[in-house]
Amino acid sequence: MTLEIQKPRPIWKIMFSTHHTDVGLLYLITSLAALFMGGTLALAIRLELFLPGSQFVSDSMTFNRMFTVHGTTLIFLFILPFASAVGNYLVPIMVRYKDMAYPKLNAIAYWMIPPAFALIWLGFADFTWNAYAPYSVTRAPGPAADMWIFGLKLLGISSILGAINFIVTILKCKHPDLPLSKMPLLAWSYLTSSLIMLVAMPTFAAALLMLLTDRLGLSGFFNPSMGGDPIAYQHLFWFTFHPEVYVLVIPAIGFMYDIIPRFSRKPIFSHVSGIAAFVLLSIVGFASWAHHMYATGMSFTEKTVFMIGTLSAVPASAMHVFNFLATMWGGRIKFTTPMMWAVGGIALFFSAGAGGVVNSAMPLDFMTHDSYWVVGHFHLFVMGTIAFGSFGFLYYIFPYVTGRLYNEKLGKIHFVMSFIGTVMVFFTQHILGLYGMPRRIYDYPPIPEWIAMNQFITIGAMIIGIGMAIFLINIIYSSGKGKEANMDDPWNVGREKYYYPYQSKTPHH
Amino acid sequence: MNTHSNWPEWIYVGVVVALLIYVGAEAWNIERIIEHIPSDAEIIQVTGQQWFWTFEHEDGTKEIGELHLKKDHAYKFEVVSKDVIHSFNIHDYVVLVDAVPGRVNTVWFSPDESGEFDIQCREYCGLIHYNMRAKLYVDDDKS
Repeated sequence: MTLEIQKPRPIWKIMFSTHHTDVGLLYLITSLAALFMGGTLALAIRLELFLPGSQFVSDSMTFNRMFTVHGTTLIFLFILPFASAVGNYLVPIMVRYKDMAYPKLNAIAYWMIPPAFALIWLGFADFTWNAYAPYSVTRAPGPAADMWIFGLKLLGISSILGAINFIVTILKCKHPDLPLSKMPLLAWSYLTSSLIMLVAMPTFAAALLMLLTDRLGLSGFFNPSMGGDPIAYQHLFWFTFHPEVYVLVIPAIGFMYDIIPRFSRKPIFSHVSGIAAFVLLSIVGFASWAHHMYATGMSFTEKTVFMIGTLSAVPASAMHVFNFLATMWGGRIKFTTPMMWAVGGIALFFSAGAGGVVNSAMPLDFMTHDSYWVVGHFHLFVMGTIAFGSFGFLYYIFPYVTGRLYNEKLGKIHFVMSFIGTVMVFFTQHILGLYGMPRRIYDYPPIPEWIAMNQFITIGAMIIGIGMAIFLINIIYSSGKGKEANMDDPWNVGREKYYYPYQSKTPHH
Repeated sequence: MNTHSNWPEWIYVGVVVALLIYVGAEAWNIERIIEHIPSDAEIIQVTGQQWFWTFEHEDGTKEIGELHLKKDHAYKFEVVSKDVIHSFNIHDYVVLVDAVPGRVNTVWFSPDESGEFDIQCREYCGLIHYNMRAKLYVDDDKS
């Protein structure tokens, strides 16, 4: 076997390699670093909100910077690089090619992330991850804001290069014997999410440049005192970032499509409907962006159009849930750690989607908009669905990456704590939002219900935090000292040989 | 590929679509009704700026940080901003609209309970966003 573990290589051999599994490993390590850094900020935010008044964060500006960097880090430096990590490891294997289509471009796309990471963390901007104009143009303190803009610019270019690489690898380097319709659903998820990325991202890239020239005083696209329109920024922003939500969630669904059938010991219920749902979502996902903007003074007609666009994206997601449940139905399910994460993720995906239908209904949106309801809602997606799918897949791919097995008991404890914590935190945040607490606030008036719910949420967040500490210990210890895995069937599921071929980790160039 | 029949999935998708159509139609109808502003609504100019609210009644009286209204009257807010985007929110009455510089956004309500209510900013607007609050007093007198 030629795994990293058996044949240790110096770190620069991995860093300067362009082999897909090496770049995948770099993506993986970066994304986990971002997970723990962004997660620490989340715990600090929760501690500050445990009681009204100032706790240990001395001023509101620091707090505003903390939640801005928390969001930016976990979306752009954890979720996206994690998806790229898995894609790099597995897409070439799934389409039966020796590497990504453009190995050097692949390495370049990765190496744009560390400087962006540094810019975002050294700047520590305060204008929320939305960077709404005109606050971001006229009031946000520099150089933090400008560093954030440059950081996001780099990440945008990196994502576009990565997306091109996945699309070309899948469509042009696919083995001629493998028809597109028989390609695994995980590879399909990369194809569709990369296509969405390629169409959506340039809009925000343009908006970022306009924001920068506005800040420099060279232009006034979004600055009302120079005749610009701040709402135009919101349209450009959400035209990219609503579809981006699907870019984040589709690979996580793809992870579950790999995990669920393996541990249910049954083939997927319907391969065709999985493909159809991916393709459908990637098209209708572009018809709903302005549902984030009902409160900006949109006309009744505009709101109606975007409500219909939003609701029409629901059946595609519902089809995935059906497919998972129908696959598990009557299967001999083995609840290993990856399977527990996947099933928990599906349950939370369903809850998040149901809450989303409420948001999209126009009259109800005015109750929930910019309140803690929305915070709870999208965290059920990013944490409950995407991070759960990602953790499950990290445990699943762990033997392939390291040649060793993680500690199963600690993995299950990690899941149980995270699941309890997630339900405590994000379901309660929905209710807190209905009680009227706005998001992004450093301090709140001492309303008894608000205090009680905030304390409950903070306790839930601490439970997640302890679970994550166990997770960190588990992966660090197990990657060096864990039990050696049986590389054909690490979990004794006992079907035919199915696990990823470790031979593919030998570099060809 | 899949040789088995897929009718359960079609039924399921049908049920989901029917539910969504119901939610959408109901939301459309309610929004249509509640967006209709009564013609006798009194106009109140609301100005948001970092980090307080100013209210101007039709008779020209101005209030800062508090707003006195009468029960069972209709009020139409014309919401503007002097600097960055704020969001004018009376949570107990589900009054919510952004204060966008360069635009006038309108929203209306008719208080049906007297008492004291919170007015807050729901869109991030900088340093003191968390404390950009005002008080709404709804008085009972029928003058």
